[in-house]
Amino acid sequence: MAEYTIKVRRFQPESGEGPYWEEFGVDLDPSLSVLDGLLQAKDRDDGSLAVRCSCRAAICGSCGMKINGQSGLGCKTQIGEAQELADKQASATGRGGEGNSIVIEPMGNMPVIKDLVTDMESTHWTKIRRVTPWLLPHGEPPEREYIVEPESMIDITQSMACIQCGACVSSCLSMEADPGFIGPAALAKAYRFVGDPRDAETHERLHDLADDPHGIYDCTHCFSCVDACPKGVAPMDQIMRLRRKAGEEGIEDPNSGHDHEIAFVKIIEKKGTLDESLLLQESFAPGVKGKLKPSKRAIREMLGSIPTAIRGIKTGKMRSLSKLIPGVHHKLPDQDDVKAIYAHAEEHSEEFNLYIKGEEGELVDDNVEKGIERSTDPDTAEAK
Amino acid sequence: MMADQIKVAYWPGCVSRGFTPELHGSMAIVAEKLGIELVELDRANCCGAGVIAEHNQELADTLNARTFALAQQTGLSMMNICSTCQGAQSECQQRLDADSAYRAHINEVLSGQGLSYEKGEEGGWTNKNFLWLLVEDYGLDKLREQVVRPLSGLRVGPFYGCYIVRPKERLGYGEHPDRDIYLEQVIEALGGQVVEYDGARKCCGFPVITMNRETSLRQAGTHVGDAIDAGADCLVTPCPLCHLNLDMQQPEAAKVVNRDLGLAVLHLPQLVGLALGAEPKELGMSKHIASTGWVEDRLTAGATA
Repeated sequence: MAEYTIKVRRFQPESGEGPYWEEFGVDLDPSLSVLDGLLQAKDRDDGSLAVRCSCRAAICGSCGMKINGQSGLGCKTQIGEAQELADKQASATGRGGEGNSIVIEPMGNMPVIKDLVTDMESTHWTKIRRVTPWLLPHGEPPEREYIVEPESMIDITQSMACIQCGACVSSCLSMEADPGFIGPAALAKAYRFVGDPRDAETHERLHDLADDPHGIYDCTHCFSCVDACPKGVAPMDQIMRLRRKAGEEGIEDPNSGHDHEIAFVKIIEKKGTLDESLLLQESFAPGVKGKLKPSKRAIREMLGSIPTAIRGIKTGKMRSLSKLIPGVHHKLPDQDDVKAIYAHAEEHSEEFNLYIKGEEGELVDDNVEKGIERSTDPDTAEAK
Repeated sequence: MMADQIKVAYWPGCVSRGFTPELHGSMAIVAEKLGIELVELDRANCCGAGVIAEHNQELADTLNARTFALAQQTGLSMMNICSTCQGAQSECQQRLDADSAYRAHINEVLSGQGLSYEKGEEGGWTNKNFLWLLVEDYGLDKLREQVVRPLSGLRVGPFYGCYIVRPKERLGYGEHPDRDIYLEQVIEALGGQVVEYDGARKCCGFPVITMNRETSLRQAGTHVGDAIDAGADCLVTPCPLCHLNLDMQQPEAAKVVNRDLGLAVLHLPQLVGLALGAEPKELGMSKHIASTGWVEDRLTAGATA
């Protein structure tokens, strides 16, 4: 047993007061969870402390919260580890010492209903519904179940593991700046259907998600959701898969996300290192495809970058032709080697599933097993 | 001079020789002052910044395997000065190291160029950002001894860049759990004062600057504003891409968040360089968009006080 201080951000709507902090002393084994600590405080000190929970085993996804600023599940975070993190954070800012308070807050990017209970409807479920989270097969349904090769489901097993806890939404740094962003949970769910061999509307789904300015190209690639997810879904990886698939289907988007990606890839093929001014021009007004027809947005963006360029010239940051004129950038001395790499990678002579991570040798078998194991996915129970 | 002098294969990245030339220059000055020998990989290619991996993972993995192989050819471990390079390269290295069949496939094309990437043994070949190298290999105590101009009274906000703090399992946090507080430790070792603010480990917004300018600049502007509100004299970052959004785009970010900003943003080698006695001008601080005059005034005041 050990003693801990938990510092909880509280909000009682009926009081008419704003949110406030309250500290509770709890006494439990370090291997027990932060949720156990909260329940002890609720039991011993204040029955009005509101927290959602059910299974206490990282399955139901009810107890999403921020612990020391990090989004996750209260039941999956050991209180001893939370204490270590609180002390480490304190040491970084010179407060130091041991036994610093463990800070517990409601999830971010969501309205708070009471204490640690957030409104999942407005920012989570609404966005999940936005991506049509069910199978859309074409043709007559088979007499019995749809038969698919277990291997063909490997690609989506990761996204199937989602328990809808909202930890990724809570951690999302794009959503913090743009509340309209569809977000990590819903986009991971979208990939779960885009990657499903039984779904027949892959192109329509990808077009929809690329065409939305708050869709797949609004993700800022910060990895917050990857670290927050308690089930290893890695939502950002699923968003990158959606981008790749949309690119393969040649889908254009209003954010110039696809053009930016193609421009980047082509520049490195040509030069080996990045030609920043060419990247800027090609992202908005791609000439690589043999046409240079800037859109209204392109003209606006290019004009918008002029003040920045002028400032850069003034300070000397950009005072060279190669930084100002697209395409003047030098190429590597052995650029042919880089081109050979492009040729090799684009052959696709061998297929590797590069999302599967793990120790050497155990990779594929392990995931095939998981693929079979998870064939009882609730999302497709009806379709079966 | 020093018996255990550090010598590394040095990958400066693209941006440090592009829109943030002051980073490349200041790293050279600081390396000399610290006695770190840099063998520059001038034939190496772009890391892909996650964008090439988004397009074709195998392509990104092979491009970075080439860089690793060029470094391994020198017989030295590798150092980078860009959080984004660190993240993109660690991601590729993780995939390469996980599977010998995949490695062999990648090495097929490299062998035609007289190169080969070999998985390092435990504690063997590494690729570290200057921040990690400074704390883990050079050491904070030794760094403290080198300080000739303590940054006394200078209030510095750390800004890491996403790719060097997440995802933890990929970036060696198992072995080095304190990598996300190294900037604070370095600021303290240089005699500065750490400023606590909300944005230190958040995203600068740069990856979406061409795709969603407003979201991107709102992120940069918010973090700079939060640091100002917390009393920072400057920010310090080990990532030149963060620097582009926090410094070069700062006047534009100010418009989006609708407030005055004007906060100096230093590259990590510049902050170290100042404490080691280098002059702001030789560290390229006049090339910044947000004026560094205030930082220089504070240091001069500290020296004469």
